[in-house]
Amino acid sequence: MKIMDKTKQKNALMIAFPIEAGNFKDAGEASSKIKSRLLQLGFQGPLIRRVAIATYEAEMNLVIHSEGGIIKAEINPGSVIILVTDVGPGISDLNKAMQEGFSTAPEHVREMGFGAGMGLPNMCSCASEFFIDSEIGKGTTIKMLIS
Amino acid sequence: MSSYFHSVTLDKDLCKGCTNCIKRCPTEAIRVREGKAKIIDERCIDCGECIRICPHHAKLALTDTLDSIRKYKYPVALPAPSLYAQFNSKVTINYILTGLLELGFYRVEEVARGAEFVSRAINEFFQKSSFPKPAISSACPAVLRLIQVKFPELINQVVPFRSPMETAALLARKTMEKEGYPPEQIGIFFISPCAAKLTAVKNPLGMSQSFVDGVIGFSTIFGALRDKVKKMQEVSELQKSTVAGVSWAVIGGESSLISGIRRLSVDGIANVSKVLEEVVMGKLKEVDFIEGLACTGGCVGGPLTVENSFMAKERINSLVKTGSKHGAKFLDDLDWQNLMWDKEVQPLGVLRLDEDMATAIQKMEDMENLHKNLPGLDCGSCGAPTCRALAEDIVRGQADEVDCVFKLREKVTELAEKMVAISSKMPPSIGEKE
Repeated sequence: MKIMDKTKQKNALMIAFPIEAGNFKDAGEASSKIKSRLLQLGFQGPLIRRVAIATYEAEMNLVIHSEGGIIKAEINPGSVIILVTDVGPGISDLNKAMQEGFSTAPEHVREMGFGAGMGLPNMCSCASEFFIDSEIGKGTTIKMLIS
Repeated sequence: MSSYFHSVTLDKDLCKGCTNCIKRCPTEAIRVREGKAKIIDERCIDCGECIRICPHHAKLALTDTLDSIRKYKYPVALPAPSLYAQFNSKVTINYILTGLLELGFYRVEEVARGAEFVSRAINEFFQKSSFPKPAISSACPAVLRLIQVKFPELINQVVPFRSPMETAALLARKTMEKEGYPPEQIGIFFISPCAAKLTAVKNPLGMSQSFVDGVIGFSTIFGALRDKVKKMQEVSELQKSTVAGVSWAVIGGESSLISGIRRLSVDGIANVSKVLEEVVMGKLKEVDFIEGLACTGGCVGGPLTVENSFMAKERINSLVKTGSKHGAKFLDDLDWQNLMWDKEVQPLGVLRLDEDMATAIQKMEDMENLHKNLPGLDCGSCGAPTCRALAEDIVRGQADEVDCVFKLREKVTELAEKMVAISSKMPPSIGEKE
C-alpha cells in the first residue's frame, strides 16, 4: 500500500506541532522535539538524523512559504511518518518545486540564507516514501515515510 | 547500584535537597529523593555544571590526592595548559613546572605539547581523508559523553583522535620506557581543571586503554604548588611547549590551529548542546569544524580551577601573544596515525524508555497524556527538573503523579469535597423528608 493511502496504525503514537508563518526565531523547535522523542523510543542514529533533516526542512518551508500549518509525526516501531499540512497558499507548479535549486522564496528571505531551493529535494532524499499534493488557495500536504 | 563509574559525586551531608542542580543539568541526570540529590550515573556526563551551581558545595569531583603519586617510583606530572593561568603573569611556565618536580614528581610532560601533536595530526587528517562535515572535536570529554548520551547520530562526525592529555601520556610513557624505566614503576598523573577527565581515564572513549594512571585536580594541588613557587630558589628550564599548545586552554585555541577551513568555537555545555541540535538538522552546512567545550571560556573555566575564567583567559591570551611560536615535531615513531582512536564509540541508549520499541511507544503515549495534565510550571518540587521529566519518571515507574504538589492538592480537594458531601448526609431515620 502506498503511503498516501495509509491510515494511522492502531498503536501508533501521534504528536503534533503547529507552525507559525514567518516565525524564524522558533523554527527548528518541532524537529528538535520529535528528534528527542525518537531517541527516547530507541530509534537508531541514522534514522533519527533523516527524520530531523526532513522535519526541519518542512518546518522551514512552513515558516517561509505558508500561511501557517502543522507538523504531525506518527511513530510506529521502526518507522516514522511525517505529515505536513498548511492552510495555503499552495504550490502552482509541483514539478518545478521538486527540482533542486528552484526557489520562490522572496528576496528578503533569501538574504537570511534560506530559500536555496533544496527544501523539497532534501526531504525527498531523506524519505523512504514521499508524497506531495497541493492546491492553489487551499494548501499543501506532504507525507513522508522514514523507515 | 549501577556499575558505571563517573567522577562527579554528592556529599550527602552538605546536600540540602534544594533544586538548583536538577535544573542546571544538561542531561536531566539528577533527581531529589528523600531530601538529597541523586545522580543517575549512566546519564551523567561529568560536565561539572552542578558543582558550579550548588550553593552548599555538596557536589564534588572525585580525583586523586597528591599522596597517591607515591605509589610509583617515577611519577610523571601532566599539567593541563590552563594550570599556567592559575598564577599571576610573573610566574612563568618554568616556575610552575619546577614547582611540580619539587612536589615529588620525577618528570613533567606538558599537555600543551601533546596538544601540538594533536593539532598537527588533525591538520594532516583533514588533508588526507574525507570526513563527514562538520567534523566535531573530540578534545572535551564532557562533550564527547554528551554526544554519546544525547546525540548518538553524530558519533561518526567526531574527529577520532586521542586527547592532548592522552597524547602527552603516550609521549611520556614511550620516552621513559625507551630510556629503560620499568613500565610498572612509571605513574602518569594528569593535573586537571576538569571533572570529566577522571571518568575519561577510567572509562576511556575511543581507546582500548588510557595511558594515564591518575588525575589530580588543580584545587587539590594549588596550595602546595603555590608554596613551592613562592619559596623557589632555582628555576629549571623545563618548558617544551609553544604558544600553539598553550592556546588550547581557551575556547577557540584548538580550532585556530587548523588551517583552511571554516570553524566554529562554542563554549558552555548548554550552547554546545544547542549547536549540536542544529548540526543534526542539517543547519550548519557551511561549517567544517566545530570545537565545543563544556566550560565557559574553555578549560580555563573548568570546575576544578581556582582562578576566575575571565582572568585566566586573559593570561593565556597574553602568554600566546608573547610566547615561543616554534612548532612541535613528530617523533619518528609517533606520527598522526598513532594518535587515532583504536576503538569505536558506541551509542549508549540510556535515554530509552524501554528495550522494546512498541512498549516504549506505549510509555511515551502515557507520558504525553500525563504531561498534559501536569501544571507545566517546572517548579522542581517533585524532585524532577521539569514536568515532562516527572511524567517520564512516572512511566518508568520511578515516581508517582501525586509527587506533584499541585496534583496532590487536587486529590486532597477532591477528597475533602467528598467528605463534605458525606458529612451532610443524614441517616434516613433522623433526616427530614424532602
